[in-house]
Amino acid sequence: MAAEPTPVRRWSPPPLIGNPVLRWLALLGVVAYLVLATGSIEINWVRVARGLERSQRLISEFLRPDFVSRWSHIQRGILESLAMAVSSTLIGTLLCIPFGLGAARNVSTPVVYMLCRVVIVLARSFQEVIIAIFFVVMVGFGPLAGMLTLSLATVGFLAKLLAEAIENTDPTQIEAMRATGANWLQIIVYGVVPQVFPRFVGLAVYRLDQNFRNSAVIGIVGAGGIGAVLTTAMSRYDYSVAGAILMTIVLLVLLAEYASGIIRARLQ
Amino acid sequence: MPVNVIDGRREWRLRDRRGTLLRWLGTFAAVLLFGISMQYISSLTIWEFVADSGRQIGDLFGRMFPPQWSYAPRLWGPLWDTVNIATIGTLVAVIVAVPITFLAARNTTPHAVVRLAALLVIVVSRSVNSLIWALIIVALIGPGVLSGIIAISLRAVGFISKLLYEAVEEINQEQVEAMLATGASKLQVIAYAILPQIRPTFVGVSVFRWDINIREATVLGLVGAGGIGFQLNSAINLLLWDRASLIFAMILVLVVLSEAISARIRQAIT
Amino acid sequence: MLEIRQLVKRYGRGEPVLRGVDLTIADGQVLALIGPSGAGKSTLIRCINRLVEPTSGDVVLNGVSIPSLRPQALRNARRRMGMIFQEYALIDRLTVMENVLSGQLGYVGFWRSWLRRFPQETIDHAFELLDRVGIAEHVDKRADQLSGGQRQRVGIARALLQNPDILLIDEPTSGLDPKTSRQIMRLIMEVAAERGLAAIINIHDVQLASLFVRRIVGLRNGDVVFDGDPRALEDSVLTEIYGEEDWSQTSSSEDGDAGDGDAGDGRRARGSMTQRVPGQVEVEGVTVGRHHDASSKADQHGR
Repeated sequence: MAAEPTPVRRWSPPPLIGNPVLRWLALLGVVAYLVLATGSIEINWVRVARGLERSQRLISEFLRPDFVSRWSHIQRGILESLAMAVSSTLIGTLLCIPFGLGAARNVSTPVVYMLCRVVIVLARSFQEVIIAIFFVVMVGFGPLAGMLTLSLATVGFLAKLLAEAIENTDPTQIEAMRATGANWLQIIVYGVVPQVFPRFVGLAVYRLDQNFRNSAVIGIVGAGGIGAVLTTAMSRYDYSVAGAILMTIVLLVLLAEYASGIIRARLQ
Repeated sequence: MPVNVIDGRREWRLRDRRGTLLRWLGTFAAVLLFGISMQYISSLTIWEFVADSGRQIGDLFGRMFPPQWSYAPRLWGPLWDTVNIATIGTLVAVIVAVPITFLAARNTTPHAVVRLAALLVIVVSRSVNSLIWALIIVALIGPGVLSGIIAISLRAVGFISKLLYEAVEEINQEQVEAMLATGASKLQVIAYAILPQIRPTFVGVSVFRWDINIREATVLGLVGAGGIGFQLNSAINLLLWDRASLIFAMILVLVVLSEAISARIRQAIT
Repeated sequence: MLEIRQLVKRYGRGEPVLRGVDLTIADGQVLALIGPSGAGKSTLIRCINRLVEPTSGDVVLNGVSIPSLRPQALRNARRRMGMIFQEYALIDRLTVMENVLSGQLGYVGFWRSWLRRFPQETIDHAFELLDRVGIAEHVDKRADQLSGGQRQRVGIARALLQNPDILLIDEPTSGLDPKTSRQIMRLIMEVAAERGLAAIINIHDVQLASLFVRRIVGLRNGDVVFDGDPRALEDSVLTEIYGEEDWSQTSSSEDGDAGDGDAGDGRRARGSMTQRVPGQVEVEGVTVGRHHDASSKADQHGR
C-alpha cells in the first residue's frame, strides 16, 4: 500500500504591506507616478550630448582654479559670507527665544501662540533664497539683506525646535515648580530651561555652519556673500574663477563643520 | 567644585571660578564677533535704503494682494515639475547613495583607499548647495528639468550617505558574525545582517531629505533648472507681484503638505 | 574530525590570548570548554571558523586546513560548521523562518537569497527543524518578539539547517534562567547525538557542563590545563583553572526555579537584554530613524 504523501508545506516571506488591497494600490500608485513623472520630463538629448562634449572643457577649467584674477572679489565675498553667518546665527539664537516660548502651547496664550506659529511656518516653508528676495526689496542689495534672511531662517528653525522641546518638557517638573508658588518666569528659568538647554546649544552651533552654507547661495539674488561672485563668474564663462570659488566654498564649509563639531563636543 | 570654603563657611555657586570665567570669555568673544560682523555689514549697507524699508515693504504688500488667482492654471505644470524634480531627484540620490554608503562605512569597505574616495565624494556633495549645483549643471547641459533633478541628486547623495554610513558603523556586529559563520558571501551578509538593521533609518532619512528637496526644488528655476522657480523669477523681473504672491501661496501649500507627509511617515517608523 | 594544532592568537604586541592550544575532537564527540573570562575560550571558538584570524598554528577539519583557505573555499568550509551564539545573534527584524533559512546562505546564490526563494527541500528541512526544537508555532513572528529561550532554539535550528559536521557553541545559556538553560543544553545534546555531530561548547557554568557533557577541557590564560572526564573536576583542578575560591558554592543546587511551568520569558533580567535601548537617530533636531538596539554592543571581541 502506497504511503500517504506528506503534505507539502510552502512558505513565502511575509509581504511588506499586509493588506493585499493596500499593497496593490500602493504598487500601482508608485508605477503610475513613475510613468507619469518620467513621461512629463522633456529632455533635449541633443543638447545634453552637445553639453557633455563642452563639459570636458568646462571641467578642465574648473580643475585649474584661478584664485588670482578676481581675488579681491572673492575675498570680499568670503568676508561677507562669514559676517552674515556669524551675526545671523547670534541674532537668530537670541530672537528664537521669545518666538519659541510664544509658540509653546503650555506656556503661551492662544493669540500669541497662533501668531508665533504662523511666523515660524512662514520662515520655514520658503527656501532662503525666496526670503532673501523680500529682504533685498526691503533694504537693498548687500549683506544686510542676507543677514536678515538668515536670521529669519534661523529663528524659524530654532524656534520650532525650542517650542517642541518646551511642549515636551516633563509636566511633573513644572507642576512641582507651580506647587512652590513660583511665578511664570521662574518656572521657565528653573523648570524648562535646564531640560532644554543642552540640546538647544548644540542645534544653535549646527545652525551656524548651516548658515554659512546658505550664505554662499543667497548672493545669487543679491543678498551678499560669495554666491554673487560665483554667479557673475559663471555668467561670464569664467570657469576657472568659478572653480576657485567652488573650492573655497567646499573648504570653508568643511572648516565650519569641523569647528562646529568640536564646539559641540566640548559643550557636552 | 561649586562648593567653596570661604572663611570657614561653605558657599555654593552654580559654577566654579573656572566655569564662570569661561562663560564670560565665551560671551565676550561672541559679542565681539557679533560687533565685528555687524560693523562690516554696516559698512557695505546703504542706510538710506534701509530707512526707506517700511515704505518699500508696505508698497510691496499692497501690490502682492490680492494674488492673481487667474494665473493659477498656468502654474500646475511647473508645480508638477517641481514635485517631480524633488521626488525623482531623491529617488536617484537614494539609489546612488546605497553603494557609496557601504564603501564609506568602516565595517563594510573593501579597502581604506576606497573608503577615503567615498568619503571625499560625500564631503564634496554635502558642501555644495543644490542651487549651486544647479548653476553648474545648467552651464554644462543647459536649462531644464533634467538639470534640476541632477542638481538635487548631487546634493542629496552626500546627505543620505553620511547618515546611512554612520548608521551602518553602529550596527550590532554579532548578527554579521552569525551570517559569516553560515558561509554567506559579503553581499548576503549586507542583505541579511545589515540592511534589516538600518531599515528605519534608511526610510526616515530618505523621506526627510525628500521633504527638504521639495523646498530646494522650488527655487531651482531661478537659475534655469526647471520647476516653478522659473515662473517666480519671471514674475519678479516683470514686477508682477500679485502673480508672485500666487506662486508663494502655492509653494507654501506644497511645502506644508510635504512636511506633513514626511512627519507622518517618520512617526510611523520610530 | 577537528584537529587544533599549536594554535596561537596574539592581538598586536600584547600577551597572546591563545598560547599554542592542541585539541582533537573526534566525530560525534561533544566537548565543553570551561575557564575564566579572558582565558581565550571565545577566541578559540572563533579561530576555528576564522571569525578571528589565528596568528599561527593550524585548524584541520576533516583533513582541510582552515587558516590557509581562500575566501570562496573558506565560505564553503564555514558551511560545514554551525555556530550558536551567546546573544543568539538572530536578525531581529526578520521572521523566525527567515532566520532559520539564513543557515543555508552558503548554498544559495545572492538573488535567490534576496528574494527568499529557497529550494523546497530546504523549506521542508526548516519546518522539520522548527518542529524539532519546538518553535513551530512562531514561524512568522519577528525574532525580536521571542523570549530568550525561544531565540536560542531558533539559533540552534539555524545552525542545524547547515547540515554541519561540527557545532561551535559560544556560551549558549549565559543569558538564560536555570530551567531554560537546562532545556537548551538538553536540546543541544540530543540533536548532536541524533545527527552524530561533534560539538565544542564554550560554557561558564561548570556544573551545567558536568551535568551534560562527557569531556571537559579547561582553559586558563590561553593554555589547556585540563582535559578529561567531568568527574575528575576536583576542587584542586577548579582552582588551577579559575583561581582560589570556595568551590563548595558550585555544588549547591540552583533548582529553585520559579513555580510556573511555562518558560515565560526564560531570561534573567539583565538590563540591556530585557529593555531596548531607544537609540534614535536625529538629524537637525528631527528624528529620522532608529538604530538597531545597541544592547549587544558590549563584549563583542574583547574576550
